[in-house]
Amino acid sequence: MNKVISIIKKEWSEVFKNRLVLFSTIFLPLLLTAIPLVILYSLVGSGSADSFSLGELSPQFQSVCGDLKVGECNQFVIITQFMPMFLMMPGIIPVTIAAYSIVGEKTSRTLEPLLATPISTIELLLGKGLAAALPAIIATWLAFGVFVLGAIVMRLAPSIIEKFFEALWLIAIFIVGPLLAMASVSFAVMISSRTSDARVAEQISGLFVLPVVALIIAQVSGAIFLNETLILWIALVLVLVDVVLIYIAVKLFQRETILTRWR
Amino acid sequence: MTTETVILAKNLSKTFGANVVVDSLSFDIHRGEVFGLLGPNGAGKTTTIRMLAALIAPTSGEAIVSGYSVLSLGHLIRRKIGILTESPGLYDGLNAERNLSFFAQMYDLENPEQQIEKYLKMLGLWERRFDLVSEFSKGMRQKLALARALLHEPEILFLDEPTSGLDPEMARLVRDFINEVREQGRTILLTTHNLDVAEDLCDRVGILKTRLLALSEPGILRRDLFGRAVVFHLGQPATGYLDMVKSLSSVQSAEAIENKLVLKLADPETENPAIVRILVEASADIQFVGEIRRSLEDIYLQIVRDDEAKQL
Repeated sequence: MNKVISIIKKEWSEVFKNRLVLFSTIFLPLLLTAIPLVILYSLVGSGSADSFSLGELSPQFQSVCGDLKVGECNQFVIITQFMPMFLMMPGIIPVTIAAYSIVGEKTSRTLEPLLATPISTIELLLGKGLAAALPAIIATWLAFGVFVLGAIVMRLAPSIIEKFFEALWLIAIFIVGPLLAMASVSFAVMISSRTSDARVAEQISGLFVLPVVALIIAQVSGAIFLNETLILWIALVLVLVDVVLIYIAVKLFQRETILTRWR
Repeated sequence: MTTETVILAKNLSKTFGANVVVDSLSFDIHRGEVFGLLGPNGAGKTTTIRMLAALIAPTSGEAIVSGYSVLSLGHLIRRKIGILTESPGLYDGLNAERNLSFFAQMYDLENPEQQIEKYLKMLGLWERRFDLVSEFSKGMRQKLALARALLHEPEILFLDEPTSGLDPEMARLVRDFINEVREQGRTILLTTHNLDVAEDLCDRVGILKTRLLALSEPGILRRDLFGRAVVFHLGQPATGYLDMVKSLSSVQSAEAIENKLVLKLADPETENPAIVRILVEASADIQFVGEIRRSLEDIYLQIVRDDEAKQL
């Protein structure tokens, strides 16, 4: 485990010197937290959320509100629309870090001396994977914390605040988020092992976020509604996706391939 | 140097698709020996080092390094070896000390600070230890990469083109350092284009061009290929003495070039006095006698050209 920790530390001290990586890691969570907070502030301030009647909401929305009053339910439904934005962070941030971390090794030819040490492929990938995934997961959790804090400051009803600590949000932020980060890292490793340009790797790996964007569109259009059952299914599918992507990433990350084909 | 074999290659081959990069390579290297692999670009030198370092698998054949097979015990081999890759491969965004401490952790060193200090001081980089590697010159990078290769005190050192691209002064420093390392009794396998380096450092050399074309001590290769030639500088044109020396049984061949007689002899130390006497009796004014020393470059070029001629 010492080697894994050393790799994480080394990656962070190298990768975060890159302004683009630093910018994406800090700016994206700030933006994706600020947008919901601003919208929420404007809705709470103008009372727009209360102006909807519960009758206008689909039965799915009504079912998730439980004992909430009409106005509270409207606010909670609006808040739930923001959930996919918090799932974008663990999908996007690791792509930038992993792309620069792996393609960086490729272009600076630092991988051969590293592979000549007794480190195993699993330790190496775990170190690099965690170095990319942890900042994204931590940023997502911090952003979620700030969002909840913002909701408290805006004096949302305690019954709505309590909803943040129920299964739906907790599974989304603390299970789906890390699973997305892992999938994103594995995808970035796969792409990075086939290209020599960090930006190209980042752009291609960025396609990984499309399913999350699709989730936002589906949620906003009412095609789906994120409730506990759906988020659990998403988590389950992500576990399978992670297993497949990690398997492919490890298969593609063969020492011999790296040394003889990476140019 | 002992007779204990620490590297043994047996019919080692590597192909990439249809391209044969290394073909049936067999040799052994003894403990404490400095062995040079010489060859043109694309001859398979780096691929050979990578196979011996258990970084890539041979297509066929086997190698035993420090008692472990490269086919199955690569992780144990990697603990016993240090490698200087063709490109130093350092982390530019980290300082020199941090580069080494990272690798010290990869080897689970118990006293990393002590080792880092030892090698940074030995290579004259101690004062620059907190400087970013991106600010280092090529020579300093190469020295740092050497320090990294030695940090865990490996018993075998693989050096891929250790002086490539360095200015003469830095190349000399690196060369001297390798000599120091050699005196510590480590086994070194180096590849180089710089035949002076090979001549200076290597106990034995192998000339590689996909196959191993020759393998021996530089002195033996020299003798086998060129014999020993002695030049007699005369005070007059040498042609007048050519037939006379050619008739001597000890002279394998003779050539007259202006005032010089060039004779190929089996044993100059024994045969020179008699030849000198005969020339003096024939009124030759002998100004100077010396042995023509063929360089390793001559040997290398001769072997590679002979091989090319065979291929035609």
